[in-house]
Amino acid sequence: MTAETIPTPVAAPNTGPPHPLAEFWLYFRANAGAVVGLFVIVGLVVVALLADVISPHSPIITNNTVFLKPPFWQAGGTLAYPLGTDAIGRDILSRLIHGARLSLLIGIAVVVLAVFAGTVLGLVAGFFRGMIEIVIMRLMDITLTLPSLLLAIVIVAILGPGLMNAMLAVSVVLLPHYVRIARAAVISEVAKDYVTAARVIGAGRMRLMFKEVLPNCVAPLIVQATLGISTAILDAAALGFLGLGAQPPTPEWGTMLADAREFVVRAWWVVTLPGVAILVTVLAFNLFGDGLRDALDPKLKR
Amino acid sequence: MSVLVSARGLTRVYDIGRGWFREPAHLQAVGGVSFELAAGHTLAVVGESGCGKSTLARMVTLIEPPSSGRLMIDGLNAVTPPASEKPRLRRTVQIVFQNPYGSLNPRKRVGTILEEPLIINTNLSKQERRRQVLEMMAKVGLRPEQHSRYPHMFSGGQRQRIAIARALMLSPKLLVADEPVSALDMSVQAQVLNLLVDLQAELGLAYLFISHDLGVVRHIAHDVMIMYLGVVMEHGAKERIFARPLHPYTQTLLAATPGMGKNRKRIIAKGELPSPLNPPAGCVFSTRCPYVTDQCRRERPVLRPLDERLVACHYAERFLEQPAA
Amino acid sequence: MPLLEIENLSVTFPSQTSDLYAVDGVSLTLERGDVLGIVGESGSGKSVAMLAVMGLVAFPGQVTADRLTFEGRDLLRLSDNERRALTGKDVAMIFQEPTTSLNPSFTIGYQLAETLILHEKMDRKAARRRTIELLDQVGIPAPEGRLDAYPHQLSGGMNQRVMIAMAIACNPKLLIADEPTTALDVTIQAQILDLLLSLQRDRGMALILITHNMGVVADTTARVAVMYAGQIMEERSTESLFGSPQHPYTAALLAARPEASDGGRLATIPGVVPGAYDRPRGCLFAPRCAYATPHAAECRPELRPWQNGLIRCHYPLGDTTRDERIAADRRAAPPAAAPEVA
Repeated sequence: MTAETIPTPVAAPNTGPPHPLAEFWLYFRANAGAVVGLFVIVGLVVVALLADVISPHSPIITNNTVFLKPPFWQAGGTLAYPLGTDAIGRDILSRLIHGARLSLLIGIAVVVLAVFAGTVLGLVAGFFRGMIEIVIMRLMDITLTLPSLLLAIVIVAILGPGLMNAMLAVSVVLLPHYVRIARAAVISEVAKDYVTAARVIGAGRMRLMFKEVLPNCVAPLIVQATLGISTAILDAAALGFLGLGAQPPTPEWGTMLADAREFVVRAWWVVTLPGVAILVTVLAFNLFGDGLRDALDPKLKR
Repeated sequence: MSVLVSARGLTRVYDIGRGWFREPAHLQAVGGVSFELAAGHTLAVVGESGCGKSTLARMVTLIEPPSSGRLMIDGLNAVTPPASEKPRLRRTVQIVFQNPYGSLNPRKRVGTILEEPLIINTNLSKQERRRQVLEMMAKVGLRPEQHSRYPHMFSGGQRQRIAIARALMLSPKLLVADEPVSALDMSVQAQVLNLLVDLQAELGLAYLFISHDLGVVRHIAHDVMIMYLGVVMEHGAKERIFARPLHPYTQTLLAATPGMGKNRKRIIAKGELPSPLNPPAGCVFSTRCPYVTDQCRRERPVLRPLDERLVACHYAERFLEQPAA
Repeated sequence: MPLLEIENLSVTFPSQTSDLYAVDGVSLTLERGDVLGIVGESGSGKSVAMLAVMGLVAFPGQVTADRLTFEGRDLLRLSDNERRALTGKDVAMIFQEPTTSLNPSFTIGYQLAETLILHEKMDRKAARRRTIELLDQVGIPAPEGRLDAYPHQLSGGMNQRVMIAMAIACNPKLLIADEPTTALDVTIQAQILDLLLSLQRDRGMALILITHNMGVVADTTARVAVMYAGQIMEERSTESLFGSPQHPYTAALLAARPEASDGGRLATIPGVVPGAYDRPRGCLFAPRCAYATPHAAECRPELRPWQNGLIRCHYPLGDTTRDERIAADRRAAPPAAAPEVA
């Protein structure tokens, strides 16, 4: 080394590890299906938000002149009704667009309700071991033993048909999953030293539960919630199909399917298109949820 | 020299359930441990897994109550403290855990972690809390800009500094350190040990230092208590015990510690640690002791004073003649 | 022909943000019956280097080497079948956590016998006899009774003995022990180390002992390699390494041991081990070294022969001219570039 050598800093530039969010995106991006799912969900949300603006017709008003018009690419179809019309002359595209709004609302509302109640019950069960835990968990076990749709039907039958009651019923059906996940996460977190350390500095029970432990349990709950949205949409559609969920003329995908039953042979589009909408949405949430799990679960990293 | 902690016959028994129709088994994790610890001093509790040292730490930290025995901390009854004195006791005793990766809440910033004891236990203003947190961070060798970082951005040694800082936020008089350096790398271990020594000198803290590593203990302790299966084997000043261990178990431990056994006769304990559910009837070390006799198997030796320390061995006198190491 | 020859072995883990050099140009030679200790802190690459020898580096780790031979056979070119035949038979490895290294669903007798049936082509009966013999050799009392025990029914020390029995079942020529005693209690640790050494002596097999504990190598091995951040910093006989360490890192590590204290403060090494994001360009230890110069920070030293051993340092401690050279190198650049000495 000669005297002219330009002095350089001793340590290489310290760029540091990436920000947690950047790291999350790094892992999430690696999963192509998850990214596709995310895009579909974002698209659905946009469509749902702008439903009033982008739908060409009203989803409810019937038009006596256009019964069972096929989609535009088939003989007899027109671009005025791109995806055709149903048996009483309502534009299917407009109904699907408004249905997206409803389905997303159902999915999210149901899951929020189930996650909220499930987390609280799970936290309580995980914290207060003993009698309280046994009561909560056995109740959940009983709920799980019943076929989910059957249970939902029973609840709706008791409460009466309608969208709100259907949502409530689906929430109850989903509840045990969140209680179990929350409880398992709480039990594994409570055993960790940081909880003991918080107790030693005098933290009370509420503080331990909600400020120390809960934030560390959210990752599995978020994943399950995303997957739960698809289940909720599916179950709500099923209830709608059975006439127990959203009532006509509400443009709910399941109800649309039910209304179109008798035209399966004559007009395929009336049945197929709502079905495809459900399929795509559910698939998108499932793919997104899988990607979320891969990115959030530290065990799958590296 | 004022006594800060005084324990008499501390015992902790766990009931291990064995199904609905059988009596629960009794596991004596700690059996009648007595010691005194003065302010500014370090008592090291040494032993292998299952010797009860961590249970002892949890009892002294009030995480779990003793099954029997007396425990006085700073003049207060710590076994059944009156509700009015609980907060004061809380602030007197704090703990640092072994694993710095598990003892810090991963979702909280360092500043929040350090502030928490003050939020819970004091009515200080936000500014005052922040000032105290920054002061403590400087004291344990953390930089002010690390205030808003999350624990995962720190190395093991730095995390242990954070854990120590949290424990000291309430100005305790006794710090229980449960294997505070055994999860750390060699070069970092020395940093944390130095920090503990400095803090003790500066704040007059008493340490109850739980460890399995005799090398670390010899460096940091004033007094040493050797435990085996919940029972004290030998207890006294560090110099005494390291110079001439009088209990065969202490000798075994010293000989087995890598890097310390070089000049000693290599005694290797036979067999395994017995199950604490089914401890030997006589001396708890009798199943592995090289000098075992029938008396040892029958009769449990009591802890008795000999050569300026306490030792629980029927034949401790025999080792007095051995040359000091 | 040496038993194991490693030349310029590197293992990198590519990542989207910054490649991780787990092992960076490690060279080692091991003769039959040698006992070598590899010491280093966590992340020094000591375990990964040996996993690379065993062909066990998991995806996406990339292994490269100028030479990696066992008894003259190129380990990098083995087919999967050849490698399986070699590892577990001629080269065996035991790990830190004995309880998780054994399959919890099978009895130890079954797991041991499987190894024998697979590698030694024994029939069940012979395998069972040999299993009892092996368990006896590793100091498990009443081995017949333990054959049907599951790993969770045995203590950590006993499980480690079972692991050792499994490792020596096929009379390996080389046994790699990765922190074999770290998870065990002190008295059990001494038993296991004694067992490993007596097996090594009796069978004349070579032993590589990976550990973070200076005391363990001092007590057991004849030769030590000190690793730091993926590189070997110093390698020599145990006695001379502990007596007069030549690398500043080795010296600092030895001084930091509590055992080395005289009651005062312990010597410490400032800073932390470099990670994937702050790997120094020059000597990897330079940012933490009390003797670093701008030259050392810029130019990575080679592993070179030095006083009956090997060293990777520009200024070995035993070098009589080092003070002058350090001073000269520091003068060559403005003092601002000199590292802080804590």
